[in-house]
Amino acid sequence: MKDFPVLSRQGRSEGGTEQARAAPRPAPRRASRPLPWLGPGIVVGGLLPVGGLLLDAVTGALGANPVQRALLQTGQLALALLILSLACTPLRLLTGWTWPARVRKALGLLAFVYAALHFLIYLFDHAFTPGVVLEDVLKRPFVTVGFAALVLLVPLALTSTRDAVRRMGFARWQRLHQLVYVAVGLGVLHYWWGVKKDHTAPLIAALVVAALFAVRLLRQRRARARS
Amino acid sequence: LAQARRPLGPYDTSEAVTPYAQATTYNNFYEFGLGKDDPARLAGSLKTRPWTVLIDGEVRKPLRVDIDTLESWFPLEDRIYRMRCVEGWSMVMPWLGFPLAALLRRVEPNSKAKYVKFTALEDPKQFPGQRSSVLAWPYVEGLRLDEALHPLTFMAVGLQGRVLPNQNGAPLRLVVPWKYGFKSIKSVVRITLTREQPQTTWALAAPDEYGFYANVNPAVPHPRWSQATERRIGELRRRPTLPFNGYADQVAHLYSGMDLRRFF
Repeated sequence: MKDFPVLSRQGRSEGGTEQARAAPRPAPRRASRPLPWLGPGIVVGGLLPVGGLLLDAVTGALGANPVQRALLQTGQLALALLILSLACTPLRLLTGWTWPARVRKALGLLAFVYAALHFLIYLFDHAFTPGVVLEDVLKRPFVTVGFAALVLLVPLALTSTRDAVRRMGFARWQRLHQLVYVAVGLGVLHYWWGVKKDHTAPLIAALVVAALFAVRLLRQRRARARS
Repeated sequence: LAQARRPLGPYDTSEAVTPYAQATTYNNFYEFGLGKDDPARLAGSLKTRPWTVLIDGEVRKPLRVDIDTLESWFPLEDRIYRMRCVEGWSMVMPWLGFPLAALLRRVEPNSKAKYVKFTALEDPKQFPGQRSSVLAWPYVEGLRLDEALHPLTFMAVGLQGRVLPNQNGAPLRLVVPWKYGFKSIKSVVRITLTREQPQTTWALAAPDEYGFYANVNPAVPHPRWSQATERRIGELRRRPTLPFNGYADQVAHLYSGMDLRRFF
């Protein structure tokens, strides 16, 4: 998991904590403990809704329009997890906790899994007909932006390994992974355009994303001002 | 069910009827809320008796009538209609009611009457969804007079041989089977014959997405999704959407010479 700077920084700070424990110096106050259950917990918890969806599908609990319900749920989960992955850094900046950085990659990958599932259900819904899908992607901005968000997540998922960071070099890797900001923006727009009238949920998503961006920007500016 | 009870009439579809449980729990009725299950959950707050309907405007005999009296004027007919929602799903609904034309003949539209405007109940106490301003309340719909007089155009008071459930638009709703479902206004309290085309709720809310005509048309996509296919509730795979929801033989002549891409 120590594959990008937030993580390695956190790794260092953890090392620092251990040293601090050995030495008489007091430990940094907020640095999180190892929390060994955290990673598996996120993965298992993140995949629970898949089980829930399958169970609902089998028992008929998805209602009169199960495909639509499954589409909505996987889409919402994808966006929620993507936003959670983007919340890790601001949370660390604001609280000094280090554990959020340790779950960032898992959250991002889970978001990709749900986005891919969402797209698969959409493909199934249109009987995997290339013409129909192509027309949707090319002619309907609602579909175009959703599809673009998924496409942007593909290289991020592919380069999520420790090895990829090493191969690419951190600077290039980081620049590539800044695509996630574009992806989340497109995802929110896709959600916004997907509802018929009630924009409450997409608005909440947009506000959360805006708040997370604001934290990053303010911290960046402050850091620059200090240096 | 209905098919077993009686032979099919000239306006009936022989397609499988949507199960009552689904037809009464998956509804768009924003007066109760925006969720599909809100209407079934919250419809208890609507009191459908007593209920008065006002019929006025460009008519020789305007009237205000109690719903039970209104029902007693006409022999109730069964109509098994396809219902296609603009969102891309559809049902087969066995309505019980009477043709709108029969009611309009009774009030005798005058020569200035060109359109029919329908108004639904506005009462946030009974319609919790009206406490939010997602749409301009009351809900208003409209038809051209010739559309309103078409024998397919129906006023429903029942569903599958039972009194119309509140969530499906009790006690009186319009049913125009060749148009997207939002045209078929629910819980009607007023029918007004007008000279001008009425301003209708969804056309006001999103004029680029929902037109006055709203004829089911697979060739004219919604700006955000295709209308070429639909999901019949109860079926897993989509099926092709038919022009005028399969009623083209009966209604296409109403629109001869009109550009249906413009008048969507």
